Amino acid sequence: MNLDPSESEQVFRAEVRAFIERELPDDIRQTVLMGRELAKEDYLRWQRILYKRGWGAPGWPTAFGGTGWNAVEKHIFDEETTTAGAPGQIAFGLAMVAPVIMAYGTPAQQQRFLPRILSGEDWWCQGYSEPGSGSDLASLKMRAELAHDAENGNHYILNGQKTWNTLGQHADWIFCLVRTNIEGRPQAGISFVLVDMKSTGITVRPIIMLDGGHEINDVFFDNVKVPIANRIGEENKGWSYAKFLLGHERTGLALIGQSKRVLKRLKNMAALERANGRPLIENQRFRDRIARVEIDLTALDMTMMRLLSAGEGKPLGPEVSMLKIRGTEILQVLTELSMMACGHAGLASLPQAWKPGWTGVPIGYAHTPPMAGVYFNMRKLSIFGGSNEIQKNIVSQMILGL
Amino acid sequence: MNLTLSEEQLALQETLNRFVAKDYSFKTRHDIIGSATGISAPHWAQFAELGLLALPFAETYGGLGGSAVDTMLVMEAMGRGLMVEPYLATVVLAGGLLRDAGSEAQKELWLPQIADGSLLMGFAHYETGGRYEIDRVATRAQRTGGGYVLNGTKTFVLHGAQANQLIVSALDIHDAQPAGTLSLFMVDPNAEGVNIHAYVTQDNLRAAEISFTDVKLDDHSLLGEAHAVPALPTIERVLDAANAALCAEAVGAMEALNQATLEYLKTRKQFGVPIGSFQALQHRMVDMFTAAEQARSMAILASIRMQSANAAERRWACAAAKVLVSESARLVGQQAVQLHGGMGVTDELNISHYFKRLTAICATFGDADYHLGYVSDSLLAA
Ligand SMILES: Cc1cc2nc3c(=O)[nH]c(=O)nc-3n(C[C@H](O)[C@H](O)[C@H](O)COP(=O)(O)OP(=O)(O)OC[C@H]3O[C@@H](n4cnc5c(N)ncnc54)[C@H](O)[C@@H]3O)c2cc1C
Repeated sequence: MNLDPSESEQVFRAEVRAFIERELPDDIRQTVLMGRELAKEDYLRWQRILYKRGWGAPGWPTAFGGTGWNAVEKHIFDEETTTAGAPGQIAFGLAMVAPVIMAYGTPAQQQRFLPRILSGEDWWCQGYSEPGSGSDLASLKMRAELAHDAENGNHYILNGQKTWNTLGQHADWIFCLVRTNIEGRPQAGISFVLVDMKSTGITVRPIIMLDGGHEINDVFFDNVKVPIANRIGEENKGWSYAKFLLGHERTGLALIGQSKRVLKRLKNMAALERANGRPLIENQRFRDRIARVEIDLTALDMTMMRLLSAGEGKPLGPEVSMLKIRGTEILQVLTELSMMACGHAGLASLPQAWKPGWTGVPIGYAHTPPMAGVYFNMRKLSIFGGSNEIQKNIVSQMILGL
Repeated sequence: MNLTLSEEQLALQETLNRFVAKDYSFKTRHDIIGSATGISAPHWAQFAELGLLALPFAETYGGLGGSAVDTMLVMEAMGRGLMVEPYLATVVLAGGLLRDAGSEAQKELWLPQIADGSLLMGFAHYETGGRYEIDRVATRAQRTGGGYVLNGTKTFVLHGAQANQLIVSALDIHDAQPAGTLSLFMVDPNAEGVNIHAYVTQDNLRAAEISFTDVKLDDHSLLGEAHAVPALPTIERVLDAANAALCAEAVGAMEALNQATLEYLKTRKQFGVPIGSFQALQHRMVDMFTAAEQARSMAILASIRMQSANAAERRWACAAAKVLVSESARLVGQQAVQLHGGMGVTDELNISHYFKRLTAICATFGDADYHLGYVSDSLLAA
């Protein structure tokens, strides 16, 4: 065994690194590294840059315009872009709905939707959760009833509510799980439909999060007409497509690159912050906390590489649940330490200081203002994408057979 | 040994419970934190009416002669009701300093005004360059003919912009004493040279960074009668009192969170059953309950030891309490959010507000690491 990257891996990493160095706009990089708020346009700008290079879809096969990279290459790309301060690519289109469209969509659907996802023209959001259906997603109630009229032909009429919808305020399209059959097993009456966010009858209502930010929404559907051609696959088979998609969602939730980035910033912060007039990093109690989480992160990174190595680059199985649990816990601890490092100054709330380009006087250091809010915000990591409790259920059932 | 509350204390607790339930709803709080000052004059007047502001002061100064255990009961209610009023700043910190170190004239002048609700105060002590250390003060009060000239910057002055009077720690410096003696001064925040940068805190309290540039103080500004009496023991004692009070506040907040979470586990259904029927969550809830009970015990210990004449015993108890309460608060706060799922991370529900207050308490006047340092170092001294 050894950890030496193969020659092709080395070349690949160097190529990615040089590209980022050259192409990542500095204002975006700074916004990300400081933990400030990205605008929609920032995400789109970076997506267009990647698209131009042919790297718009790191997870896609070449047949659909993707890079065709294997899991190791994707991992390297993710690590390099994330640690350098590139914005995350919005996963809902690229990594969530696109694989479903590729696997189960018609050629017409593939031609219509995939290129616009790749180029960033369409922003997608996810409409799964409902007020009564979170962990127990299969109990979802939003109705889709078949109808026909001259203007719309065969179509569904959607009525109900989706919630916790991430960045739907930016979205052009939403993919939804809807109930098309109320009899039998709940899983057997669900369909997967693609809905234009401009449709009449859709209302998006912001949900303000605990850090004061607006990144999630309620989405209400009042007699929204959806052409039958926007259904993926067969009616009432949506659950199996959704499960396929959830596997894709969780792979990205180990958050190793992001944790490495935050760890690096934390070390820099601990060198600047003062305890008893000396750099905080000299305080052993605090330094031990950083050391401890670095050990955890290294173990996670090794586990990821071990799994990738064993899987020879193919997608991972239920082990991703384990990675999601530890990965989210580690990033949560890192953001907590980042807040702790700021001491009293971290308690000041200066929402305006989250905005890029802010030049006011901070309380504490330039790095201080977003830290507590980021810690608060990151509590979501153990809740979304399948809560960590649900992930543990998966590991215990699927891996341990309990 | 007697660890039960007296009749009078039970009555006080009952009064506080009623006040929170009737007059300090989450909606009321919402309106208060959105207001310009972030505090509520009518509620402060009610505090005065209920005698809360007079509690820790002697009767000669318009007080009620209460103990640290009484303060604990008030702070616990502050936590339960998520109250944002400046009780800690005015009564516990500034009031405590005046009571412990003020001259007769100063006590006669200021304490009745605190007790009747007409005076808000703040304690400007911490400075940049330090973290939570108590003795790192660089602010200078240079003696002149008839008084002092004050220069320096203070951070994290709780309710500093709302205060009518500040107590500022500074080095009392004169020719014979160039290194200065750490002392306390009464400062009018409206005086020339006082610059207040007010801000809202993460948990919707108010605080300020305050700089003093050539601020002229008269001779009577020095807290206490005599020059060159080191103020550090007084400051240590009042910060112990503040930490004991914060522990009590955290206990109140934890109990409210646990109650709400338990209720949620019983009512929220997924997979056709209450989520409280999942054993993983039952055990989590047991951990949260246990943590809050342990925290309550340590908050009580700290309040009892606040009355000890032995400073080392008092400091140990307050530091140890802050360590345990902080760790409990972290567990209860994080898990209450977690068990509420998406609801837990919304601004709309009070759960996240309790979580943020608990987080802020952990970082106020020394975090768990800082206080563990004191407890740990005391092993070497023994
Ligand atoms: C910031 C954020 C963004 C999100 N974005 C989206 C989005 O874009 N689109 C979308 O569709 N959804 C989104 N979600 C929703 C997310 O997937 C749900 O919040 C999640 O599935 C949990 O559901 P819930 O909130 O209803 O909690 P519940 O399911 O009610 O869970 C409450 C608690 O019970 C626990 N629990 C539930 N069942 C079990 C069990 N069987 N065993 C043990 N414990 C259990 C949970 O772990 C949790 O701690 C988002 C959520 C958040 C917080």
